[in-house]
Amino acid sequence: MAKSIDVSDLNIYYGDFLAVEGVNITIPAKSVTAFIGPSGCGKSTFLRSLNRMHEVIKGAHVEGKVLVDGTDLYAPDMDPVNVRRLIGMVFQRPNPFPTMSIYDNVLAGQKLNSKKMKKSESDDTVERALRQAGLWAEVKDRLSRPGSGLSGGQQQRLCIARAVAVQPEILLMDEPCSALDPISTSVIEDLIHELKTEYTIVIVTHNMQQAARVSDDTAFFNLAGVGQPGKLVESGRTEKIFSNPDNPATESYIQGRFG
Amino acid sequence: MSSTTEREKQAPRPVRRPGDRIFEGLSTSAGILILLTLLGVAIFLTLEGLPGITASADEIGGKTGGKGFFAYVWPLVFGTVWAAVIALLIAVPVAIGVALYISHYAPRRLSATLGYVIDLLAAVPSVVYGLWGLLFLSRELAPFYQWLADNLGFIPFFAGNPSGGVSANSILTASLVLAVMVLPIITAICREIFLQTPRLHEEAALALGATRWEMVRMSVFPYARSGIVSASMLGLGRALGETMAVAMVLSASGIVTFNLIGSTNPSTIAANIALQFPEAFGTFTNVLIATGLVLFVITFAANFAARAIVERRKDFSGAN
Amino acid sequence: MTTTLQRNPEPDLQSLLHEDQLPTWLPRTLVAGAALITIALVIGTSLSIAQAVLIGWLLTWSLPIASRVVEGGRKAADRTVTLLVASAFGLALIPLGSILALVISRGAPQLNAEFLTYSMRNVVGEGGGIYHALVGTLLVTAAATVISVPIGLFTAIYLVEYGDGNRLSRWITFLVDVMTGIPSIVAGLFAYALFVIFFGEGIRLGIGGAVALAVLMVPIVVRACEEMLKLVPNELREASFALGVPKWRTVVKVVLPTAISGIVTGVTLAIARVIGETAPLLIIAGLTDSVNFNLFSERMTTLPVFTYFSVKFPGVPPEASIDRGWGAALVLIIIVMVLNLIARAVSYFFSPKGER
Repeated sequence: MAKSIDVSDLNIYYGDFLAVEGVNITIPAKSVTAFIGPSGCGKSTFLRSLNRMHEVIKGAHVEGKVLVDGTDLYAPDMDPVNVRRLIGMVFQRPNPFPTMSIYDNVLAGQKLNSKKMKKSESDDTVERALRQAGLWAEVKDRLSRPGSGLSGGQQQRLCIARAVAVQPEILLMDEPCSALDPISTSVIEDLIHELKTEYTIVIVTHNMQQAARVSDDTAFFNLAGVGQPGKLVESGRTEKIFSNPDNPATESYIQGRFG
Repeated sequence: MSSTTEREKQAPRPVRRPGDRIFEGLSTSAGILILLTLLGVAIFLTLEGLPGITASADEIGGKTGGKGFFAYVWPLVFGTVWAAVIALLIAVPVAIGVALYISHYAPRRLSATLGYVIDLLAAVPSVVYGLWGLLFLSRELAPFYQWLADNLGFIPFFAGNPSGGVSANSILTASLVLAVMVLPIITAICREIFLQTPRLHEEAALALGATRWEMVRMSVFPYARSGIVSASMLGLGRALGETMAVAMVLSASGIVTFNLIGSTNPSTIAANIALQFPEAFGTFTNVLIATGLVLFVITFAANFAARAIVERRKDFSGAN
Repeated sequence: MTTTLQRNPEPDLQSLLHEDQLPTWLPRTLVAGAALITIALVIGTSLSIAQAVLIGWLLTWSLPIASRVVEGGRKAADRTVTLLVASAFGLALIPLGSILALVISRGAPQLNAEFLTYSMRNVVGEGGGIYHALVGTLLVTAAATVISVPIGLFTAIYLVEYGDGNRLSRWITFLVDVMTGIPSIVAGLFAYALFVIFFGEGIRLGIGGAVALAVLMVPIVVRACEEMLKLVPNELREASFALGVPKWRTVVKVVLPTAISGIVTGVTLAIARVIGETAPLLIIAGLTDSVNFNLFSERMTTLPVFTYFSVKFPGVPPEASIDRGWGAALVLIIIVMVLNLIARAVSYFFSPKGER
């Protein structure tokens, strides 16, 4: 069911300000693609434009095409709400809904849209999502407790469960481990390995080792200069980018000479 | 700019769901309703007040003592401003002291509770203040006023009135009650501002060996000055418009005098409306509404000045 | 400041740190002593409480004077200010204590079943009660709440979720500020001027009072709701959007439930603020001795207006009427305080878990 993404000539704006310029990339289905680059280079902005979360900010808009399985996400008749149901997202800091229990948090996508579900059906969805997120064993006895009572790593996996419960095609992750301790981070990385059998995963990370560990493909973003828009410098198989990149900037970033 | 609009035209118009459209429409109309209400206040008061302003003294009848609108409203404006200013002169120093006590002097554990106690003063309904001023405070103050008239009578403020001597229901009593009523408002704002003083400034002063008072003078007051001014202006706005306490306490005769303790006192617009309106009819109702319009303009000016000071302060707050 | 610069070449640390200093126990002892003397004066002599407190307060000035002699000018100034600031706080407590003591001592004897369940219809002299005023207060305030909460809440939602600093929202913010400063009597005149157009001169209606109170309440509700909605972290909105939830459902099902305890607190405080309003109701709701359950016809008495007329125009003999005024004032204060307590309790117990 996972889909690939084809991006062509994408420019992303905040008001008049061009933040990211001219991105062309193909993100293959059922694999993990990592975006790396120094801060402020537009990798998170680009990620957010892939499920139209970008335009939540006032004045933000894009030019160009984002095709998922041949359908343009930015076609005039496309409803961003439907796009986001198709393409789920996990954020930098775990953000479970504080007013909801663990159970309700997993079902948030359905509940917030007032979708009618049978009790057995929703029980199944919760268990499946929590199992996929590797959290089932830890929380199965306290599903009615508030989600904010969990540890940071557990909360982040709860957010992953919440995202997969609406059965998206694609999962976007915006630095999902940057607020977590090393042990929780490794749990989530293992999880990403398992999830890629079912989903197309795009992950933004600051951590190059993490990109090397989890991803199949890597895309390197960089700023052309101060005040200049961010650009996709190069992308390709992770082994190649990390061992033998085409662009010297990529090499110096990966070797830690800047960023 | 043209390139922007062109770009926005090219960008796909976001698809809007009916639910979203209805909900945004609802909340936008609520906001617009507020605009209309305020516009309505101005329009309806003008509409109903205008006949009172334009009417000649004869048309108004005996209720204004044979005076036209402007001759009638002038002593009231004077009384309104005079009573409010006295109240402010009493309340502001006390409020600053109270706020400073809560923010910098009281034990940390207690300060929230003490703040809440002062907030209780704001919760007391104005009619209760009126009751207290009329049946308690004015009676307690009577001997004190007599003493003032006897010993300080040479100062015009305290001259015993030649006809009726001193009165406990004088403008000073009314202003004292007003002062108590605006005290919690000014205190609350000052307290917030004092607490926002950058900790670094305070520590810098203390590290130089300053005593607590020197620290307050060097770091807290300069930071809070404009905040204190705008808090006072907000208190002034409240004191100008306060009705019941003045209506109940003051024995007013609608003259212009600076005497604080005499038995003939200027009235205030708000109190005058409250006292006259239940019995008013005909053009006199319009006159009273027109005085209300004048009050609205005066309080608007006071509040506007306060907001303008706050706005300007934002740029210089140094809270970075 | 200059003295520290002219330090001796070899400073004696001991004397520097223990410069002439009053013992630390002295301030407390002095204040306690002054308090004891005050109490003794009240009990033992014929001085009034006010005079005794004044004497006690004057006695505390011995501390800055002693400090001036022993510690020098800078520390004396510090102690003087400390004393002044603490005195200001004490001074502010005097009216509060005096009002509460007076209202409770004069009002409590009035409270009985008859007072709460009888109206003033056909009552001359003693007897009668505030039932009609209670009914009026509850109806008028409830109607004002029903009018102002939806308007205030939706306006706050507009300002936080949709306005985003555009021109309309800046105008609304400004005018809400202006509205906060409208004198209550002007709100009453507005309601009167509005209803006169439809019903003719001399109109008195309960619903008119509700409109006037709503004008006073809306800005408070907008402010409180706006503050609370802004406190909801943006991450929660984004989480909801990312799940494919439309904006309006996000506001209704994520933002509002997260902010609900703060909103309830703010609305309760707004009710407490307007329930004691007298002036606008005097203008537009009027006074009657009978119970009136219909907001849309005839005059309707409320507690504050009842209190005002009982005390200001007591009739002959005045005692019974003034006593009823005190009773009504006590009931009013109790209602206001209970509302305040409810507001605090809601914000304390029902804020989202895990936040504190």
